[in-house]
Amino acid sequence: MPLLDVRNLRVEFHTRRGVLTALDDVSLQINMGEVLGVVGESGAGKSLTGSAIIGLLDPPGRITKGEILLDGRRIDTLPEDAMRRIRGREIGAIFQDPLTSLNPLYTVGRQLVETIVTHLPLTPSQARSRAIELLESTGIPAAAQRIDHYPHQFSGGMRQRVVIALALAAEPRLIVADEPTTALDVSIQAQIIDLLKTLCRERGAAVMLITHDMGVIAETADRVAVMYAGRIAEIGPVSNVIGDPQHPYTRGLMESIPSIHRTTEFLAQIDGSMPRLNAIPPGCAFNPRCPHRMARCLSERPELLEAGNSMAACWLHDTGARK
Amino acid sequence: MTTKSLVKVQDASCWFDVSRPWLERVLKRRPRTHLKAVNGVSFTVEKGETLALVGESGCGKSTVARLLVGLYTPSSGHIEFDGQPVSMLRSREGKQLRQRLQMIFQDPYASLNPRWRVARIIAEPLKVHGKMTQAERDERVDALLQQVGLSPTDRNRYPHQFSGGQRQRISIARALAASPEFLVCDEPTSALDVSVQAQVLNLMKKLQQDLGLTYLFISHNLAVVHHVADRVAVMYLGRIVELAPRDALFSRPRHPYTRMLLSAIPDPAGTGQRRIPVAGEVPNPLNPPSGCPFHPRCPHARDICRQHMPATINDGPTQVACHGIKEGWLGK
Repeated sequence: MPLLDVRNLRVEFHTRRGVLTALDDVSLQINMGEVLGVVGESGAGKSLTGSAIIGLLDPPGRITKGEILLDGRRIDTLPEDAMRRIRGREIGAIFQDPLTSLNPLYTVGRQLVETIVTHLPLTPSQARSRAIELLESTGIPAAAQRIDHYPHQFSGGMRQRVVIALALAAEPRLIVADEPTTALDVSIQAQIIDLLKTLCRERGAAVMLITHDMGVIAETADRVAVMYAGRIAEIGPVSNVIGDPQHPYTRGLMESIPSIHRTTEFLAQIDGSMPRLNAIPPGCAFNPRCPHRMARCLSERPELLEAGNSMAACWLHDTGARK
Repeated sequence: MTTKSLVKVQDASCWFDVSRPWLERVLKRRPRTHLKAVNGVSFTVEKGETLALVGESGCGKSTVARLLVGLYTPSSGHIEFDGQPVSMLRSREGKQLRQRLQMIFQDPYASLNPRWRVARIIAEPLKVHGKMTQAERDERVDALLQQVGLSPTDRNRYPHQFSGGQRQRISIARALAASPEFLVCDEPTSALDVSVQAQVLNLMKKLQQDLGLTYLFISHNLAVVHHVADRVAVMYLGRIVELAPRDALFSRPRHPYTRMLLSAIPDPAGTGQRRIPVAGEVPNPLNPPSGCPFHPRCPHARDICRQHMPATINDGPTQVACHGIKEGWLGK
């Protein structure tokens, strides 16, 4: 049984101008100890998927269809009170900007102790020594002194280490990391990715890693889901999706990334841009930009179909149909 | 160099005075403090080439850009554009010179006036620099819009009606309006998604070929730099630590910092590959380390690195500032 099972998730925003479907029919599983990468461009719905899982959808957004199961137990219908106990205890979260995920008025120690005491049966002094251990394990030098510092006294990279310590404080089994390295410099980014990987391997935690950086995914994830316009375009083992993409969108995306290993005059480019939520075309959402468009792409929406080792939502992989 | 460089920067520095107020300095006997954002930087940009400037946040890349277009005045050193000092830019006579260099900024949301229609944004440089009639300006705006891949029908829309990539195209059209020769691009694609980034990079390259533009391209993304640059300068804490032709820099990086940056790039081609993460962070520029600024993070540092600032030497096609390379104890 997978640790996290998201089935046919649909998230809608009811606005005065009508209903916007931001996520449609998103299904994915994460197994124990696995790193699932979620990639896509801004607005593809990757962060929204993360927010829906941790139960932090901002109104007016709400889940209108589908279910989210953690360890076989349905969590999307839980009351806020019960969900709050799961958040932190069973699902940890790491966000992009470490400065906004920490309270600037409290020392990092106080924030860590608060989290630990809330979720684990420890006294405050036990919690404090555990907090120091956590900070040490995330590579913060002189953790015993640093614990009494405020977030502004840490650099960006160090702050992100504190946020990771905070997410791991109650030993959650699933960590949702939303762009954890985007705000950091490359050299620091490599350190943080390495840290996240090591800690999760040691603790056997599963990770949902949301990012737009294919390089980070290639190095970190076991499987990857590519999102486009609120749907999953392709999902599969990371080496398959990156090395042999099956969906025309994934292929275009991979070719448009500049690499230091090849020299080209011009980059391959996908013309146009992702449709807005209020103007998603009928049929396959990618059809206006797709070089392989067929008649049925304009009217029928492809489900995820088997394509090699991966699944791709593209009619090219419909083996039963005539072309 | 015998050919005349378009841009010549000689030992330029830009220090910012970040001292405490006068009274506090007197009472607490504190000296003035300076933030050395750029500290003794020299390079040239040849006509028609792309020089890329890479480095982590706070290394002084953007300050160099602003020095070049005259938004900051250098504290010391010389910057020349086509033989004329850039300090002239601010004067009345500098107007002619200003027309020849333009800048593209990182954030396409912050660099366009939200209350102006696109046509007015793009026509502004034409109004300042040219002696065109309204009809001529309109015609030029339409041509520019087409040149950057937008439609003349977009001229009456506002910036908020465009996506990030389209806004960056508007910025480029505005920069091109006055027919400049030299464009300073400060992280032009950092705020964009990869597929849009590819569109904008392709557009910039096409424009360079069509119009013979010269670029100074600032980025922290080494893969993007590899794609666009002819030569690359690597900055660290206000100094250029290595400057080399692109292929030399990527195939045979000399400075330990460059080697570190190259090994730190996450690359989709390297699935499952383990990188060598680099310890430490960029030091506080208010209190830079003695000697070579990189020595606290350098795995090869020796005593000399802690005591003396390394001079820039030539190593084949590469200019590099490292004691190890100079004295020969740091090989490949």
